[in-house]
Amino acid sequence: MTPLLEADRLSKSFGGLHAVKDLSFDVREGEMLALIGPNGAGKTTVFALLSGFLRPDGGDIRLRGRSVLGEKPHAIVARGLCRTFQIVRPFPRLSVLRNVMVGALARHPQLRAAEARARAVLEEVGLARAHDRPAGGLTLAERKRLELARALATEPALLLLDEVMAGLNDAETERIVDLVRRINGRGVAILLIEHVMRAVMALAQRIVVISGGERIAEGAPDAVARDPRVIEAYLGDEHVDAAPA
Amino acid sequence: MLAALLVLPAVASSYIVTVFIFIFFYAYLGQAWNIVGGYAGQLSAGHAAFVGLGAYTAVVLSMWAGVSPWLGMFVGAALSAGLGAVIGFLGFRFGLRGFYFVLLTVAFAEICRIVALNVDAVGGALGLYITFTGNPWQFQFQDNRVYYYVALALLVLATGVVALLERHRTGLYLAAIREDEVASEALGVDAFREKMLAMVVSSFLTGLGGTFYAYYLFSLQPNAVFGIPLSVEIIIRPIVGGAGTLPGPILGAFILSPLQEFSRLYFSGGGWHGAHLIAYGVLLVVVVLFLPQGAYPYVRRVFGRARA
Amino acid sequence: MAVGLSLIFGVMRVVNFAHGDMMVWGMYLAWLLAARLGVDPYLGFVVCALALFVAGVLIQRGLVDRIVDAPHEMQILLMLGVALVLENAALLAFGPEPRRVRSVLSGVTVWLGPLFVDVARLVTFAVAVALTAALSLFLFRTDIGRSIRAAADNTYGALVIGTDVARVYAIAFGVGAACVGAAGALVAPLVPFEPATGLARSVTSFNVVIVGGMGSLLGAFIGGLLVSVAESLGAVLLAPSLKELLSFSLLIVILLVRPAGLLGRRG
Repeated sequence: MTPLLEADRLSKSFGGLHAVKDLSFDVREGEMLALIGPNGAGKTTVFALLSGFLRPDGGDIRLRGRSVLGEKPHAIVARGLCRTFQIVRPFPRLSVLRNVMVGALARHPQLRAAEARARAVLEEVGLARAHDRPAGGLTLAERKRLELARALATEPALLLLDEVMAGLNDAETERIVDLVRRINGRGVAILLIEHVMRAVMALAQRIVVISGGERIAEGAPDAVARDPRVIEAYLGDEHVDAAPA
Repeated sequence: MLAALLVLPAVASSYIVTVFIFIFFYAYLGQAWNIVGGYAGQLSAGHAAFVGLGAYTAVVLSMWAGVSPWLGMFVGAALSAGLGAVIGFLGFRFGLRGFYFVLLTVAFAEICRIVALNVDAVGGALGLYITFTGNPWQFQFQDNRVYYYVALALLVLATGVVALLERHRTGLYLAAIREDEVASEALGVDAFREKMLAMVVSSFLTGLGGTFYAYYLFSLQPNAVFGIPLSVEIIIRPIVGGAGTLPGPILGAFILSPLQEFSRLYFSGGGWHGAHLIAYGVLLVVVVLFLPQGAYPYVRRVFGRARA
Repeated sequence: MAVGLSLIFGVMRVVNFAHGDMMVWGMYLAWLLAARLGVDPYLGFVVCALALFVAGVLIQRGLVDRIVDAPHEMQILLMLGVALVLENAALLAFGPEPRRVRSVLSGVTVWLGPLFVDVARLVTFAVAVALTAALSLFLFRTDIGRSIRAAADNTYGALVIGTDVARVYAIAFGVGAACVGAAGALVAPLVPFEPATGLARSVTSFNVVIVGGMGSLLGAFIGGLLVSVAESLGAVLLAPSLKELLSFSLLIVILLVRPAGLLGRRG
């Protein structure tokens, strides 16, 4: 069976600096895959490439076997891939509901249908009571959930989550972990960038580790955690304390 | 409200009718600008170009080919929409944002102005004068009140278009683009297409207004119809009233046009020419500092409280 | 003149629409000094620069400071408002007639090698070069100049190392305004001026700054030369009244191809 997403020898450099180099991996239908690596490893660049915001210098990206190379971000959303941003980007002066409706409109062009869909998603992420507040006034934890809700409203087959837990306290992280697991349980495949190792270990079925834009390890969480190359890559990094022991 | 406006000319003096014509007309232009400037947040400071192009087209067609301005106004609007598409295409394709887009629109308007100034066939610097015949087929009316109804109809048209946008996903998409274009694209919005649509509709409506401008004032000067000051007049009403809201441009016009009349009546007599523009400037500064969303949200709050 | 604009934009990313009108005020101040007190504009420009410095600091502190973090559009509108006030205040104060300032140097010409040169133009050019050089020295050799450049590079970083960013901004805006004021006074003896020219001058100087490169002093200088060349070429090739056509076309092309300008850094 063809994987849902195939990244095939992706490369991207900025002014001679290789951000991503010959990187290949795939995400299967319904899977939860984590992409980890030290700071500056190129994780966010990978997301930008997959979602069409950046064009790779080399390599190919296939969704369900069809190349999406050169397609604009909105077209890729229509194909069933949606991303969130590490630094959340709400539409600050629009209400929470209308924020989510923007995403829902990708599948339901009628405002009425999009609104119904958006309300259902808000219910699911636990933001229903905040629906008429302007998004600019939410707390960080709420904004992270809004970011997730908007992406979810586009009804993706594959959801790219860029550090949706960063900066949250334990209780808030717990809630998001539950939420992400529930979404995955509905059959939505998830590709996760995360620094919170506890969450990665709890959630991911498979982990791809990159460093310096290259893949250095891949496998089940406990195998990856014991991999000497991974431990070495994390040594000296500020997140060494967060790395699995 | 609309009913009151419909019967107003029957009871009001000719002067009041004239004031209302200007209110409607500038509210109309403001509403047209609002689509691209307010909803989509693409600050065009060159909308005068569309007024001028629309006006010149209708007048020239009528003078040279005897085409009725009623038809000419749609030709002019179509040409304006074409110009809008060119500006939009260049600006949006090359990713010009904020100030750079402002400059691009100003540069195009200025080029139009310089061309009109230098093409003798369209009157050059002197511009074009329309001889009064009073023939309705020529967009000329003996009775001021007809202009009143035409201006009102234009305003209703533009407001209807914007209301339609609000009821359609394009309205929400434009607002999302204004708030954060990159985030909107990540959620499936084809930002380029939506912005182009906004620009073309906006410039079409603005161009349509050009014909009214020409046949109400009976003259066309390049510096007046293509100049930066007219662009400022177009922008300031929606900004003051509330950009990106349906009633904003209308509210702004009802605030500003009487102000303009007032200062024209009381100040310009003694050589105080710029007084109303100083007032505009002060108002703009005040709005930016204290009411960044314009007067409408504030007015709505006050009325909401009164009702509750 | 564009040097001042470039400085303000480069440091604060604030687009000063009031620029041309500040220049017009510089011209009128020079005119007032010359007409009322008999001060030659080539001396008076110092006073004009000082006055505009104060005005610049006040505008920055009182208005721009409040919305430095607001969207770009709001700043554009704010400065447009300031421009309208300044322009029409000048109109009220001085009337719409064009004015001209006489200097002792007006009409004096010398042979400079094979060239027959207007001394007034020569002096204006020389002072402009000297001012640009002085400004570069100020920016690169003094502490406050370094802070300005640091703030331009990275507001957050400057905050971290303890720079009083608001003060630096005020000074930068003031210095920018002072440059314009001086430029106005220096140009005043050469061309007649009137209040209505302010916004047009702003547009021209944006043109210069964009062509040369935002935030680059050398760029502003080169931009000034290029735009003048384009306008002269336009005047020769097309018609004198069409000269601006070429410079606006140049602006559009530069905007599309290299929006940061020829020497600007890409944002």
